[in-house]
Amino acid sequence: MKKRLFCITIALGILSMLMSAHLFKVTDYPNDDGSAIKLQWDKSILESGHIELYKSTDNKHFIQIPLSSDMTEYVDKDSTFSGNMVFYRLDLKNHAGELVNFYKSSAIPKAQWFNTDKLPLLIILILFSSAIAYYVLSAKQGKELYIRKINGLDAMDEAVGRATEMGKPVLFVPGIMDLDDMQTIAGLTILGKLAEKTADYHCKLIVPVSKSMVLSAAREIVKTAYMQAGHPDEYQPDNIFYLTDDQFGYVAGVDGIIMREKPAANFLLGCFYAESLIIAETGFASGAIQTAGTAQPSQLPFFVASCDYTLIGEELFAASAYLSKDPQQLGSLKGQDFGKLVIILMIITGVILEIFGIHFLKDFFNIS
Amino acid sequence: MNHILPLIITFLAGLLMIVSEFIPHKPFERIVSELEIWFMIISGFAIILGQLSLIKMNVLKIQYKSENWKYCVVTLISFFIMLIAGLLWGTQNQGGIIGSGESLIQSIGSKPFDYIFDNIYQHLMASMFSLLAFFIASAAYRAFIARTLESSLLLISAIFVMLGNTSIGTSLTSFLPENLNFLHLPTISAFIMDYPNLAGQRAIMIGAGLGIIGSSLRIILGIERSWLGGKK
Repeated sequence: MKKRLFCITIALGILSMLMSAHLFKVTDYPNDDGSAIKLQWDKSILESGHIELYKSTDNKHFIQIPLSSDMTEYVDKDSTFSGNMVFYRLDLKNHAGELVNFYKSSAIPKAQWFNTDKLPLLIILILFSSAIAYYVLSAKQGKELYIRKINGLDAMDEAVGRATEMGKPVLFVPGIMDLDDMQTIAGLTILGKLAEKTADYHCKLIVPVSKSMVLSAAREIVKTAYMQAGHPDEYQPDNIFYLTDDQFGYVAGVDGIIMREKPAANFLLGCFYAESLIIAETGFASGAIQTAGTAQPSQLPFFVASCDYTLIGEELFAASAYLSKDPQQLGSLKGQDFGKLVIILMIITGVILEIFGIHFLKDFFNIS
Repeated sequence: MNHILPLIITFLAGLLMIVSEFIPHKPFERIVSELEIWFMIISGFAIILGQLSLIKMNVLKIQYKSENWKYCVVTLISFFIMLIAGLLWGTQNQGGIIGSGESLIQSIGSKPFDYIFDNIYQHLMASMFSLLAFFIASAAYRAFIARTLESSLLLISAIFVMLGNTSIGTSLTSFLPENLNFLHLPTISAFIMDYPNLAGQRAIMIGAGLGIIGSSLRIILGIERSWLGGKK
């Protein structure tokens, strides 16, 4: 009889634990650095009263975690988690504040070595990088690659030539962002090519910048370009200067330069925001040939309306490779085109699958 | 060697940044934020270079009495007034060398730096920004001339979007019954903005994203070296 009672007690205990585990789940937060634990509890718990959540690292001293009454999920983010077991207790209390029931559970926060949520990103990255590498190697082996013409870049010679004939300077504006922005870097790589041309044509190049780091980089790039063009003596570091970090202060400065110096060619290549139209329209009013380029979709219409040539999005990043005529760099552009083809195919496939109610592709690329 | 070392650093830093995107484990999870802090520190020092460039440029123009040199005097005076005001009495949340300027706050309402910032600088900035309205009008006037099929389409779309966003546009088509709601000007405007316009913007963003991947790979792998000031 005693044995049977013991067995029933054990069975009830296990059943209660299973029930508790079902109602109150504590698990390691996935794809993190081991600093979070995910807690979930069943909605039915909330029906019988209000809940209070407690946590402990030693299973003895519990501290309360503030919760709102309708929550059924909570992510406990704590940078002090050190890979040890963390215990949680969910107290269910009635309206009088008396303890009705409680659930206990625990978990060990673990850091993961790969974020599985980002698997689609990794696949895309490998696919595109492989395509770029393939076309770079193909170009290296002498394969002819067709790259479509970019009028704005082909007109660079014409613009610098015009400035030289008119005896006026060329203005280059690298945008208002710092060197940590890829658009600024893309703009500066074009500046190198432009500086070589202005050095060849013996034309003055003015580069006002709004960030000190860009100033150092721009000076170094222009200096090397002048040296490579065989005219190091014509390099004027004072023509590349800092105006201000402030957006509209910079605009005022650049507009002033445009109106006073009347450059014959303006190159606005980099990251632009509200200042794009103010600069471009002032340049238009001064009668300069204007080439602009940015990856900011909201500023592109302004450039299209006010400039002679506009490099739209990817063209800004392709400019340096395009101007270099280096087969390897051109090969990387071909790789980018392959990437575009893959994306177009995926969009079409995705649309067709969604029409037929198949959400696999959409779900796969839904990165949380 | 002048170019090899930066290339190696670029390759390793680029690779590390890519890898850390996929590895949440220590120490990779902190690499991006750590490098951002490094960047901030370096930019902090680089600001001195910028200020020196500004002073040198303006001093040279004054020295050689270049055209419009008087503006350079204004620039330098403004620069030093702000610098001195900031150093002596500090800014809104920080004290300066000689304290927080309580007596000055009582007489002018705020610290000298903040006073100039709020009462002069902010207004100058707003004036520059307000110019945008006039420039938009002049640019739109040129863009909306119906010369070709494309510019005609642009003009028609612009009319719908502009009217759809005004109260006149709403009242113009308010007589339409419920089942013809798709012809209501605000609905047409919203459709143009949410579908053709957004699709175009996203296409540009996808292209730019691929361009960034391509440029980054060229720089990380050392194929593109013009940022170093050198040819391949």
